[in-house]
Amino acid sequence: MAFEIKNPGLATTVQDQGRTGYYNVGIPQSGSMDQYSAELGNGLVGNRPGDAVLECTYLGPVLVTDAEAVIAITGAPVEVKVNGEAKPQWTRLHLAAGDELSFGVIQGGTRYYIAVQGGIDVPEVLGSRSTYTLGGIGGLNGRKLEAGDLVPVGSARGDLPSVETLPESFRPSFAKEQSVRIVLGLYDHRLTDAGKDNLLNGEWKVTPVADRMGLRYSGPGVEWKEREQPFGAGSDPSNIVDAGYAVGSIQIPGGTQPIILHRDAVSGGGYAMVATVISADMDLVARAAPGTVTTFVAVSQDEAIVARKERAEQKSKAWESLGAKP
Amino acid sequence: MGTIVSPLPGIFYRKPGPGKPPFANEGDTIEVGQTLGIVEIMKQFTEIQSDVAGVLESFEVAEGDMVNPGDPIVVVREG
Repeated sequence: MAFEIKNPGLATTVQDQGRTGYYNVGIPQSGSMDQYSAELGNGLVGNRPGDAVLECTYLGPVLVTDAEAVIAITGAPVEVKVNGEAKPQWTRLHLAAGDELSFGVIQGGTRYYIAVQGGIDVPEVLGSRSTYTLGGIGGLNGRKLEAGDLVPVGSARGDLPSVETLPESFRPSFAKEQSVRIVLGLYDHRLTDAGKDNLLNGEWKVTPVADRMGLRYSGPGVEWKEREQPFGAGSDPSNIVDAGYAVGSIQIPGGTQPIILHRDAVSGGGYAMVATVISADMDLVARAAPGTVTTFVAVSQDEAIVARKERAEQKSKAWESLGAKP
Repeated sequence: MGTIVSPLPGIFYRKPGPGKPPFANEGDTIEVGQTLGIVEIMKQFTEIQSDVAGVLESFEVAEGDMVNPGDPIVVVREG
């Protein structure tokens, strides 16, 4: 079976848990930006956590299913319509052959997910179905969806879970204010005290320059310590000799607008990384729409590891609430 | 009155490009499906089209301003 794409939306792509293991050769992990929402969508339709879904950014697609399908729409709040009739999110929906799925105006956040029983069944590339559009690999022909595409859907491999709606308490919030936890380093020592103070106590706002590669923030800017730039580094004090970037690392080119690298980011370059967003908060960052007011809170690496464990436990509980196992 | 809202966030432009005339002006007669402006986000330009017919009453957003999903962009006097 397949979904026929009538209108692709702004940037609808196939994503899963990502393509790890190739960042050292410049291939980013990709995968659903909001992993939690994508994964629980899979939970609602009886899939495995790693099955592929459709990630919809701001403007969703209009699609028609050519056979019966069991779907769930999770992630950012949006009006879901089946044949024009409003349907709930975070709930299993049953489509008949010929039914049309479409969306209203997004009410907050950035991305919502279409999970379907059986998963989106495009070929795996380097162990993942995720689309990396810049590299042209994965997903449907390595690109975002276009009108006329037939998106293949796999066959169901298990039973549907006993519960058909994810309880409210397990759904993420899509607020216009965020507090994002970061671990300082490797290059925070290059900031002046005033620069570090601005980073940690200033208010930063997500600009419209935000996509799967990274998010740019406007705010008070930061100051760098004066130094004679080493051989191989650019002339600006925010430059370093080229180095590998961590996923979630924060650069501040020119000291003005911080950039958080996300799942389709470049793997290295010549900007000093002043801090890295902890893995437990990367989904949160992915939900930040332009205009979201953000503060950065420094935590230790130990605290980051505890937060990661708590997040995994929370996700397990969400699966259990459905009567399913991740 | 019909209000045309932006379905997505981004930067609003009334013109298809620098130095080009605006898609539409106040007082113009507007048809259903006519492009009234564009919103830029993620290096993509999305056309904002009218879903009503009538006379363009006012722009609610200035050239180059940021819009959020659901923000009114244009008011059209229907008829």
